[in-house]
Amino acid sequence: MATKILVFIEQRKGQIKKSSFEAAKAAAGLSSQLSGVVEAVTIGNEINDLASVGKYGIVKATLLKNPELNDYSPSAYTDLVVKFINDNGFEIIIFANSALGKDLAPRVSARIEAGLAMDCIALNIVDNKIIATRPIYAGKALLDVCINSQKKVFTLRPNVFNPGVLLDNIAEVLIENVDSINLKIKLIDMKKAEGKLDVAEADIIVSGGRGMKGPEHFHFVEELAELLGGATGASRAVVDAGWRSHGEQVGQTGKTVSPNLYIALGISGAIQHLAGMRSSKYIVAINKDKDAPIFQISDYGIAGDIFEIVPKLIEEVKKIKS
Amino acid sequence: MKIAVCVSHVPDTASKINISGDGKTIDQAGITYVVNPYDEFAIEEALKTKEKIGGETVAISLGSDANKETLRKALAMGIDNAVLLKDDSYRDSLSVANALAEEIKTQGSEIVFFGKQSVDFDNSVVGQLTAEILGFNCVSVVTSFILDGNKIICEREIEGGKEVVETSIPAVITAQKGLNDPRYASLKGIMAAKKKEIVDKLPISSPNYVEVIALKKPAPKQAGKILGTDSSAVPELVRLLREEAKVI
Repeated sequence: MATKILVFIEQRKGQIKKSSFEAAKAAAGLSSQLSGVVEAVTIGNEINDLASVGKYGIVKATLLKNPELNDYSPSAYTDLVVKFINDNGFEIIIFANSALGKDLAPRVSARIEAGLAMDCIALNIVDNKIIATRPIYAGKALLDVCINSQKKVFTLRPNVFNPGVLLDNIAEVLIENVDSINLKIKLIDMKKAEGKLDVAEADIIVSGGRGMKGPEHFHFVEELAELLGGATGASRAVVDAGWRSHGEQVGQTGKTVSPNLYIALGISGAIQHLAGMRSSKYIVAINKDKDAPIFQISDYGIAGDIFEIVPKLIEEVKKIKS
Repeated sequence: MKIAVCVSHVPDTASKINISGDGKTIDQAGITYVVNPYDEFAIEEALKTKEKIGGETVAISLGSDANKETLRKALAMGIDNAVLLKDDSYRDSLSVANALAEEIKTQGSEIVFFGKQSVDFDNSVVGQLTAEILGFNCVSVVTSFILDGNKIICEREIEGGKEVVETSIPAVITAQKGLNDPRYASLKGIMAAKKKEIVDKLPISSPNYVEVIALKKPAPKQAGKILGTDSSAVPELVRLLREEAKVI
């Protein structure tokens, strides 16, 4: 019997997340290599254009629907995903390694007795087995693992699995209404960091470190990030000093990120910071110390005074954006 | 109430990581081990919870004798008892969770704190797995924890914001930075911790589903170009970002 693969599609406010499309494409790729079948499942109420997962190689997508499921409830989502897996005999389950995926995947894995590999950056088939590569020690080393249980759970790091060329297909959408919901863990409120993009899901990150010389100068970081449509990040030193909130911290005790562009302003590059951002596709460093470790991993650097260079950078970026 | 905190013993985040000769584990030379940074928030929250509602706290760690150093630190901060589930062999996350769950059952704990992830294997799953095995509620990546009778209100960090979540005991809470400011161990605490017994136990056996195939260093990143030392280099930087990297 063909291996049955399931990808979990995450929605927030009815919109499918980009990292779920990446996971869908990776699941479809795995399915064709293993001559398997792949389906998608999502949980919510109204989902905008679920059929669009067809562009990523998914033929059939099921919405488990109830107005109370719009918000994430770990208890409800776990019950529903586990039931869907068991009813349909899925063996490989793929999530994006988003905040929701990180929380939900282990719960599902424990219930279905599946080994799990989190935050994978590659899934390769070797001798008909899936070898997952995952960064450990915040990216200081890469671990290859193979899951030997019948059922297997993988979560995929956002921004790594490139969806490539989109297909001209739409998925068949099935809707299953759900009436009994386990809300033992229930969302009661949402506090938005207003209009702020999170470093974990940004394509571009502009981070500031001690070289910014004080919280009052972070408007440079924010302005540049905003112009580029990116998120603002921070080094541990400035978070520990209370200049910035820990939600922005990049590094081994903050977030590990892989954006297309990482701009480090006044960050010298402590080993634990480099571990958290070294997998960024392009790294720009601006720092007064030309011997700072950050330049060892940067693609482009300017070794000079931040307060002279960054205003000019902002001005130049404004020119190309206008 | 019985309160547990699960702690792991990990290489300091300032450590350089090299691969040992077997190609599957890290080279231990020059590595200093510390309490997993997120577990310090878990220990602090366990202590604060006891101070508020009374009860008894226990720290549990699975691993080799070296983990006693981390358990000793938890005792020095004020945790009442410590248990080492002694096992020198590799265990995957589910196997670790099975062993911890069994010990938590033995202890009769109703609230269990974990760090949101260990900074070695970075799976960030053991708390959730343990909760599922025990049938406990679980809230992960928590930055605020309020216990009111049996009711729990937590804030947990997600992309670009926080969710406020309600649940009840028994529960597993995994701690994120920002939850509290971990206290320093007092001299008195350190002296008292030296005299306390750390109970050695054998963890229950449990299969490993995740097999380690190989451990590698990431491909070294080549240092790029230093374009200049002042703002005259900015136009060239912007050109490269547009035309060569094509990222802006």
